[in-house]
Amino acid sequence: MTTIAAVAIPRRSITLDLRAVKIVMQRDLIRTYQDRTRFVSALVQPLLFLFVLGSGLSSLTKGSTGPIDLRTFMYPGILATSTLFTAMFSAMSIVWDREFGFLREMLVAPVRRSSIILGKALSGATIATLQGVLVLLLGFFVNVPLTPGLAVQLLAEVFLLSFTLTSLGLAIVSRITQVQTVMGLMQVFLLPLSFLSGALYPLSNLPTWLGIVVRLNPLTYAVHPIRTAVFDRLTLPDSVRAQLNPAITWFGWSVPTAVQLLLVATIGLTLFVVAVAQFQKVE
Amino acid sequence: MNAVEVRGLTKSYGAVEAVRGVDFDVRTGETFGFLGPNGAGKSTTIKILCTLAKATGGSASVAGFDVQGQRDDVRRHIGLVFQDTTLDTYLSAEMNLRFHAELYGMPRESVQPRLQQVLEMVGLWERRASKVLTFSGGMKRRLEIARGLMHSPRVLFLDEPTVGLDPQTRASIWDYIERLRKEEDITIFLTTHYMDEAEHCDRIAIMDEGKLVALDTPAALKASVGTDRVTIRTDDDDEALVRLPGAIRTSEGVVINVEDGEAYVPQLFESLGVPITNVSISRPSLDDVFLSYTGRTIRDTESAGPQLPPFMAAGRGHR
Ligand SMILES: Nc1ncnc2c1ncn2[C@@H]1O[C@H](COP(=O)(O)OP(=O)(O)OP(=O)(O)O)[C@@H](O)[C@H]1O
Ligand SMILES: [Mg+2]
Repeated sequence: MTTIAAVAIPRRSITLDLRAVKIVMQRDLIRTYQDRTRFVSALVQPLLFLFVLGSGLSSLTKGSTGPIDLRTFMYPGILATSTLFTAMFSAMSIVWDREFGFLREMLVAPVRRSSIILGKALSGATIATLQGVLVLLLGFFVNVPLTPGLAVQLLAEVFLLSFTLTSLGLAIVSRITQVQTVMGLMQVFLLPLSFLSGALYPLSNLPTWLGIVVRLNPLTYAVHPIRTAVFDRLTLPDSVRAQLNPAITWFGWSVPTAVQLLLVATIGLTLFVVAVAQFQKVE
Repeated sequence: MNAVEVRGLTKSYGAVEAVRGVDFDVRTGETFGFLGPNGAGKSTTIKILCTLAKATGGSASVAGFDVQGQRDDVRRHIGLVFQDTTLDTYLSAEMNLRFHAELYGMPRESVQPRLQQVLEMVGLWERRASKVLTFSGGMKRRLEIARGLMHSPRVLFLDEPTVGLDPQTRASIWDYIERLRKEEDITIFLTTHYMDEAEHCDRIAIMDEGKLVALDTPAALKASVGTDRVTIRTDDDDEALVRLPGAIRTSEGVVINVEDGEAYVPQLFESLGVPITNVSISRPSLDDVFLSYTGRTIRDTESAGPQLPPFMAAGRGHR
């Protein structure tokens, strides 16, 4: 037997941690690629929202949306909602990994837990953004002026949002050991988050209680910049713009888009830190 | 330096005391067996040694590093094969190993040769491109052993490496472990509740209800509970009985208890004067050892499911 010199594992360093982040991401991407059917079938939901619900409701709302197609109005919200679903479900993969043991292989490696969680958060964000590319293409069918500039801007916003949402997902599932449990738990979060975000209706003239809840929902601050990006490229009378995409106000102050994005990023980082702390705990 | 040093280790999960104060050393280069019935605390001890669980009390070091204070150093120097599989079954065998290599930060140029070496060692090189999904239980175990060896650990922990495998596959896993001892400069720490497997170990510790009840070489442990039984068949059993004081007749032949059967038999052939047609020596088994140290046979403890406190009965498989 030829003996091959024993491998010496170097001490921990940034390079090693980055390699860990990369391989964790790479694995998730390979798995997603293998499961292309699921990736594509996740498009069913936005298709239903946009072309079935959107087209169906259009006949009701004709006149109230002025010169703009209801589906064009709904489009940014649907982009955000599909991001929400994809990102949260990618976070769920860590529960699978736990239930089927692979998480342990990752947790005993001589790398920071944060590298592993970062790998997970980034892979969730990447997968959701790739999903976003598909949803983006639907924009062509609903009169969204999809210039390259708009596409890049939307995808950047989707990426930021999905990082935050994957981190939220990771923080939620960090203590859960069974896929079954998490399925139920996700239902508790997904629809309320999307319904209370202004993804599906304009924020003007809301009942007071709903206005408050919507303002407390972090997703609102991701939906609004996405919608603003689209609306900025539409030619619309100011009155329609004010009705369909009013500014978000805090006690009368209209919150600038940059502040909203910053808020989403801050929440994302906070949730990421929470998720890392949760996975840091040992038995 | 000892490969593993454990002092006064305890671990409680709420009211369940899984480990109740154990002390032992594992010498560098030896194969050390941790034996005990379900729920004895074997896996818990391994989890603490591998930095996956925190001890409630006491201390432990692995490869010279403290398991609480120097976790990363411990992790760089150990290989692990858990009781429940931790492979990604949707990836190929090779991808599982590459993932491991990246996670452990193996120098890039060493990955390919090492990968080939460990896969060849466990006889899976030809199957490297297959998804783990398509592997049998024995192949998965072997792959896990290969993966545990990828980064040349100083200490390899094997938690029940052969549980749930058929006897033939068990034997082949043991062949690999034996080869490993010869080819790699490594200390092996394994748990099992198959008494016959413990024979492969240099030393064994018997754990029961969270405590160590015995620790020695298999031979010494067996010697401590009794002597060898030599059974002979002769052309003239009556004459043999007369010439051998202390011997008794049984349905199997003439039986005599001696200290060291192997040394005794040649001497017997020479001096008995009655032609011997058949000889067998039987030793006290580790089952006898277990019985004498715990007052139960290991099979009793396994089949006694309902009589065990619920937490022990539940100690298996469900995680
Ligand atoms: N995470 C946990 N939470 C609560 N109790 C636990 C946990 N892990 C183990 N235990 C308990 O600790 C005791 C020892 O369990 P352990 O898994 O170490 O036994 P074992 O010797 O490995 O048994 P087996 O042969 O079944 O693998 C059992 O009573 C078990 O129920
Ligand atoms: Mg166990």
